[in-house]
Amino acid sequence: MRLSSSKHLTLLVLAAIILIAPFGFPSNFYYRIGSLIFVNGLAVTGLVILIGFAGQISLGHAGFAGIGAYACALAPQYLGLHPALAMLLGTALSAAIAWLIGRPILRLQGYYLAVATLGFGILVSMVLANEAPITGGPDGHEVPELGLRKLLETIGLDLSNAQFWYAFTGLFLLAGTWLALNLHDSPSGRALRALHDSEIAARTVGVDVTRYKLSAFVLSAVYASLSGSLLALMNKFITPDAAGFLHSIELVTMTVLGGAGSVPGAVAGAALLTMLPQVLTVLQDYEHMILGLIMMLVMIFMPSGLVPSLSRLLRGRT
Amino acid sequence: MPLLRVEGLGIDFGGLRAVDNVGFQVEPGEIVSVIGPNGAGKTTLFNMISGAYQPARGAVSLDGEIVTGMVPHLLARRGLSRTFQNLQIFQKMTVLENVMVGCHLQERASLLADLFSTPASRKRSAETRAAALKLLERVGLDCAADKEASSLSYGALKRLEIARALALEPRILLLDEPAAGCNAVETEEIDHLVADVAKSGVAILLVEHDMKLVMRISNHIVVLDRGEKIAEGRPGEVSRDPKVIEAYLGVQPKEAGGHALG
Ligand SMILES: Nc1ncnc2c1ncn2[C@@H]1O[C@H](COP(=O)(O)OP(=O)(O)OP(=O)(O)O)[C@@H](O)[C@H]1O
Ligand SMILES: [Mg+2]
Repeated sequence: MRLSSSKHLTLLVLAAIILIAPFGFPSNFYYRIGSLIFVNGLAVTGLVILIGFAGQISLGHAGFAGIGAYACALAPQYLGLHPALAMLLGTALSAAIAWLIGRPILRLQGYYLAVATLGFGILVSMVLANEAPITGGPDGHEVPELGLRKLLETIGLDLSNAQFWYAFTGLFLLAGTWLALNLHDSPSGRALRALHDSEIAARTVGVDVTRYKLSAFVLSAVYASLSGSLLALMNKFITPDAAGFLHSIELVTMTVLGGAGSVPGAVAGAALLTMLPQVLTVLQDYEHMILGLIMMLVMIFMPSGLVPSLSRLLRGRT
Repeated sequence: MPLLRVEGLGIDFGGLRAVDNVGFQVEPGEIVSVIGPNGAGKTTLFNMISGAYQPARGAVSLDGEIVTGMVPHLLARRGLSRTFQNLQIFQKMTVLENVMVGCHLQERASLLADLFSTPASRKRSAETRAAALKLLERVGLDCAADKEASSLSYGALKRLEIARALALEPRILLLDEPAAGCNAVETEEIDHLVADVAKSGVAILLVEHDMKLVMRISNHIVVLDRGEKIAEGRPGEVSRDPKVIEAYLGVQPKEAGGHALG
């Protein structure tokens, strides 16, 4: 029962931060940063399941974010779907593609897997950039309004655009965190963590390793896809960069900085890498240098990532 | 009908015939030991039986069904479980969780139920937890249940692997040097545990270098040397076999004399 109470504590703290933080926001801009953290945090939570639980790397998950994002841009235009349904379509498409490519790709290990997933991400962003007549190419594509804010207005809940997206993406992050925490201490979660540590021992006790790796891959693709959809709907505009190599690397970096095996670490990693560049702009020319330096220092002094290292430190003190 | 039957089993690594033409059988409740000098091919034999290696020749059957080269997770479903000579522990999980993973097949996990933490999923976890705790008690590790597995001593990890293998509720259990690195007291405990498990009807195939232990608890012994079976029989017969004495001491039995395997 110890584990389940720490699960509720994590959710409670996260919910409290999301609720209380806006009281310190001097402007709408901060709501936007918050939403970006939540959107990134959602994709990173998926990667915690893939990398942290199952021990499988992916350098191409922005590809799934791209699929989710462009589903929201294109499905309303070409299929006449409501943006919310387009988001679901994107999720289903990402899951299907993850399932298809995951079967051959997940036989690979370590850096072979890294390169194969990298290839997938590049493929998606190339298609999005090159099919200009449909996708708008490198210049990007407009995304229709979700319409939920207007709906809330009619029932008397009057939020600014920035506030609405802050709340909406925050709810998604909470839900994603809840699911990942549930998974961690469940039979399936234990099977995933077991195959991470020893595939042969996991197989020996009856874990269908191939199937579980594939489940983690599909699940993390769904998280990434939803994150991409939310970003597109929030910005009302999307470019192929959402699916790009740099975004994939950014997501993995957030995962590792926060602590790959830790679900709250996902949010911490996303927060750090989303906020730091904003904070560091005051340093102008040195911005990227300092960012790189901070990342290196975190990894040198907290090799298991922010949240696991800090919680060990706190436990050591008390 | 024997529970496990091995016939003419063999595998090569490059030019090396690591195991060749090995055959024997194990009945339910029986303890069969495989002994032989270092590099004789005992672990390789285990790896072929448990599906980790594909045998080049021969056949393995389990309860009459041919299972040669079947993948390990399907063998697990058929009740075959094993431990490893070079420990294969889930290092980053707790001691209790290690054993809980051993209950994987009974849990019949469903990903969706687990994601939404349905009452059924929570009930399964609770049941597994209780079962795993009992097994930890059985190997004397219940007090370490919530520790991270990597913090245990070598001897304790050996016992943890046995508990995990038992969690499967196997019909046949392959133990690769369970007493290696254990002190006299721990070896005694493993001795009792293995005999106890066999008494409950589980067939046991044991690789062990501690000859006192082997001679005491085995019903039947198979002796390997350089990949081949050179003798088999009851403990008393095997320990007097000249070929066995020669394999162990590398000299003619006349020079060595008597009971090399005491
Ligand atoms: N994967 C492998 N690749 C190549 N050679 C191997 C492999 N596994 C085992 N061997 C070789 O096969 C032979 C038998 O090894 P094995 O580990 O089965 O011996 P063993 O009887 O278990 O020895 P020990 O008592 O030391 O554990 C050895 O010569 C070993 O070097
Ligand atoms: Mg061996």
